[in-house]
Amino acid sequence: MARTILEVKGLKKYFPIAAGEQKGKVVRAVDGVDFFIREGETLGLVGESGSGKSTTAYCVIGMYSITDGEISFKGQDISMHSSKRPLSIKKDIGMVFQDPGTTLNPQRSVKQILSLPLSVHKIVDKRDPEEQLLKLLEEVELPAEYLYSYPASLGGGERQMLAIARALATDPSLMVLDEPTSALDVSVQAKIINMLLRLQKERNLAYLFITHDLSLMRNLATRIAIMYLGKIAEIAPTETFFSAPRHPYTQMLLSSIPVMTEDEDALKPKRVVSRGEIPSPVDVPPGCSFNTRCPFVTDGCFEEDPAMREVGTDHWVRCHLFA
Amino acid sequence: MTQTIVDIRDLYVQYRTFDGQAKVLNGVNLTVKKGEKVSIVGETACGKTTTVKSILRILAPQASIPRGEILFNGSDVLKMGYSELNKLRSSGASMIFQDPTMSLNPVFTIGEQMEAVIRYSGQSGVEQKSVRHELAVKALEETAMPDPERILQSYPFQLSGGMRQRVCIALSLATPRDLVIADEPTTNLDVTIQDQVLKILKQRVEAKGCSLILITHSFGVARETTDRIYVMYAGNMVETAPTQELFREPLHPYSRALMSCIPRLSGGGMAEGIPGRLSNYHNPPKGCRFAPRCPEAMPRCHEEKPESIDVGREHQVACFLYDKDGGK
Repeated sequence: MARTILEVKGLKKYFPIAAGEQKGKVVRAVDGVDFFIREGETLGLVGESGSGKSTTAYCVIGMYSITDGEISFKGQDISMHSSKRPLSIKKDIGMVFQDPGTTLNPQRSVKQILSLPLSVHKIVDKRDPEEQLLKLLEEVELPAEYLYSYPASLGGGERQMLAIARALATDPSLMVLDEPTSALDVSVQAKIINMLLRLQKERNLAYLFITHDLSLMRNLATRIAIMYLGKIAEIAPTETFFSAPRHPYTQMLLSSIPVMTEDEDALKPKRVVSRGEIPSPVDVPPGCSFNTRCPFVTDGCFEEDPAMREVGTDHWVRCHLFA
Repeated sequence: MTQTIVDIRDLYVQYRTFDGQAKVLNGVNLTVKKGEKVSIVGETACGKTTTVKSILRILAPQASIPRGEILFNGSDVLKMGYSELNKLRSSGASMIFQDPTMSLNPVFTIGEQMEAVIRYSGQSGVEQKSVRHELAVKALEETAMPDPERILQSYPFQLSGGMRQRVCIALSLATPRDLVIADEPTTNLDVTIQDQVLKILKQRVEAKGCSLILITHSFGVARETTDRIYVMYAGNMVETAPTQELFREPLHPYSRALMSCIPRLSGGGMAEGIPGRLSNYHNPPKGCRFAPRCPEAMPRCHEEKPESIDVGREHQVACFLYDKDGGK
């Protein structure tokens, strides 16, 4: 079995509220999350808005100082903020953000954008620096003449490919992808996902893929983790996840997805109909955080927060039903 | 024969821009019958919103309509005067926009906004505040909103995104309408909330017996909500068919390509995507606008614009592949 590359244990990230009506309270964005990623695999981190999936990603790359917990990468502790991490670690973890319109500097040419990570990590090919950049463009299937263009003249999909090329420049072994295709049309999404799959194979890359699209994860992820209010509700290998979803929230999510074929209809759990809304992470309900929406709720769910339990190989569920 | 609510015939819309005229709509045909639920599916910037905004004549000031007809209940919207347009907007058709944060006024309570809409709907008795209030409460109750009285006193920012969109649905159906236009009403919502909102929208539209035009970029949403689907590409309706038939047998190369791009819940891997990108509206291709990206393009496709061909009951496709003369 492949080596574990990233391990997150008991990760917590709270944001204190500094002003306004709720001053003094905290937003519990990530509230005790455990997961790991193996070399060359894709972990899909799926959840609704406000579930803490992006915050988790930002903690992994060190954009936030974490409140509690441990993050280790290739056996090395990286729980500290990115500014305190050794350069060699930062070189080994790439990041692609959701909106390439705001994460690419509009005043820099493609050449400048791609050169920056190379010069920061001192890996510029001195003999032929331009060839090195052209190779990167070729990797993401962008034409060579784009080298002197600016992001504004690229289409949405092409900008995201450029962002991926920038993340690839330092040859990382883990890429954190925060909804890289959710702002794009499906025809462009298909191209980018295919490219990511090819790159993963060629370079044995591991992906932490943040998304809200379970249909996409079905075709991409090795394992899927569902987040709800800062906690992981269920984590399972993709096949098991779709054939035997256990957590009531997973079933609610699956039953809500609008699909195109009867084969897909058959996969949707019928018993759990969507109701209610995700509560605010400022006032997390006591006990299990899903107790406000769960159709199988019992008295115990209001008193005790369930612990993660293993129900199969690599399959973990956080629900009293499986106690 | 069922009454036709909307009949758009050969509509062209262009926008004046810095680079010249952007010829967006390129001869759009669309009909909606009484009580029918249709959806327009297409990718970003294909002209979906322009099409429906022209029905209410709420296009941006840079837009002009060089050709075409839009019949609403038989009268031409493009020839309407001020008072007729007012009547169309207040009691004929209503629209639900994509982002309820933008379409609800942040400085008025939900109650004030709902009462204003009800007041100008031309119904009898709405001059009285108590009647307006009653209608507003009823409309909110019908969209399964908990505690309508409290909602009426709230400002939009005090409600969640899903609640705001339900308020917009209530608002659009608070008074009798012939047509509701919903422009990507659930794009900003989470999937579990989307499910709730779509169910309510569908149920309310059916209960009131009005027609629905739903704009979406998701075939899944269209399939679960509407009876008939229009597939739109670069300002043209390339195909229309009853929902089940379209999924059973999509005919236009674009419909097929777009459907194949959608990742399936049942797995099966990812498709290749569609090569190329949407053509520029300032200088669109002369013939079929999909021809430069079409895997089955013939010489004729680059020269002539294909007209819609009947290929079955309510099934039309604008493609030379289905022309009896063949691709000559």
